[in-house]
Amino acid sequence: MVAVLPLRLTGASLRRRGKRLVGPVDLEIGAEGVTAVIGPNGSGKTSLLRMMHGLQRPAAGRVDWSLPEGVARTRQAYVFQQPIALRRTVLANLAFPLRLRGLSRAEIRLRAEAQAARFDLTDKLAQSAPSLSGGEMQRLALARALITEPEILFADEPCAALDGRAMREIETRLIEASAQTRLIIATHDMGQARRIASDVIFLLHGRVHETGPAQTFFDSPGTPEARAFLKGDIVE
Amino acid sequence: MNDLLAGLGEALRLILTLDAELIEITLRSLRVTLSALVIACAIGLPLGGWLAVWRFRQRRFVIATLNALIALPPVVVGLVVYLLLSRSGPLGVLGLLFTPGAMIAAQVIIITPLVASIAHQALRDLWAVYHDLLISMNATRWQRVSTLLIDGRRALLTAALAGFGRAIGEVGAIMIVGGNIDGATRVLTTAIALETGRGDFALALGLGIVLIGLSLAVSWASHWVMRTERRGTW
Ligand SMILES: Nc1ncnc2c1ncn2[C@@H]1O[C@H](COP(=O)(O)OP(=O)(O)OP(=O)(O)O)[C@@H](O)[C@H]1O
Ligand SMILES: [Mg+2]
Repeated sequence: MVAVLPLRLTGASLRRRGKRLVGPVDLEIGAEGVTAVIGPNGSGKTSLLRMMHGLQRPAAGRVDWSLPEGVARTRQAYVFQQPIALRRTVLANLAFPLRLRGLSRAEIRLRAEAQAARFDLTDKLAQSAPSLSGGEMQRLALARALITEPEILFADEPCAALDGRAMREIETRLIEASAQTRLIIATHDMGQARRIASDVIFLLHGRVHETGPAQTFFDSPGTPEARAFLKGDIVE
Repeated sequence: MNDLLAGLGEALRLILTLDAELIEITLRSLRVTLSALVIACAIGLPLGGWLAVWRFRQRRFVIATLNALIALPPVVVGLVVYLLLSRSGPLGVLGLLFTPGAMIAAQVIIITPLVASIAHQALRDLWAVYHDLLISMNATRWQRVSTLLIDGRRALLTAALAGFGRAIGEVGAIMIVGGNIDGATRVLTTAIALETGRGDFALALGLGIVLIGLSLAVSWASHWVMRTERRGTW
């Protein structure tokens, strides 16, 4: 079903001013599933997602999609750890990715309103996005990212500012979306990772420390560090 | 002090009697300045957005040059435009010298760097906020610039007002290229210079007060337009 995948990282690493943020990473992201990217603060989750998405070029190694990069770029979406609000109304924020694609006004409006309904934002449509609460903004960011029906979505802590109920709502939306969109989700919430992930990438000090199916990883992690991390201990 | 009071009185008299000459030169001032401003904004605002978004090798150099051009002495601009437009100059065939067209041209040169530079500064900050999102959404370069121009419009108003202020108060360049011809190229500032030279301080001051009032009115009006801007325009 998915044409841009698999995504292949070969020895890919990201550097900033001589410091290695993540990598070298060798990974293959297959066509199906929900991947949880987990690891302690500063382990490189955000950096890995940004590198995969092409926001930052790898300093070494390769990031290859199954389609030419120009095409692949149009079929992805990204939800930032700190959501970015366009200084416009919620409706205009939802409409924005569709407007970039040159859809007709009537269709844009229809889809934006439907998306708002799905993400419980209908009564906020006329409000300016920067004035939304943190949790509302996160819902908007996810709704906006999914409105183009991307083939793959990178979501960096998409539920960090949500209360329990809103988080379950969003997880439901994510699971719905996973029928047509490959999901790569960085999360701190192990409960969430267990609920929605089909496989796990465990990062430590910028390296992929362990990967595998979620079930296996959570039931019997293969490395002492992963075991310690899951127990909530400090990982060295 | 007496001169000041007399000036105030003269200003009041000119305005209350709807003095025909005052209205004529005020309208000409506005027409010249607004024409120059529209052209300067059409060039300067996209240029500012472009410089915020587009990383190229000589970017710093271009920005530094732009900022230096803000300080271009108007008299020198006037002189150069004069030489270009004079009958023997390269653009002499246009026959623009001593017409409002020449004054507009000089003012465009004077205020475009100012408009572009203020626009660039404001849009650079907005670009820092929007950068990741617009790159992620794969916006074309032109879409990035236009998004910044739309969402940064309040800051751009400041750029336009600064350009307006500089142009409407400018006298050196338009005196040279316009010639301060009665009924053709006389505007508020050149009229003030003339009346001051003639020793008619009351009239000069009266014109000056009208000039300041005009700037205030334009600024208020544009802020009011921005504030009452309809919500949900997208
Ligand atoms: N632009 C940058 N310049 C310098 N260092 C950076 C930059 N971006 C990230 N880093 C560093 O790279 C490391 C990995 O950061 P990253 O944001 O990927 O971690 P993370 O796993 O997402 O953390 P968190 O769980 O806190 O979100 C951190 O030590 C961070 O300080
Ligand atoms: Mg992070």
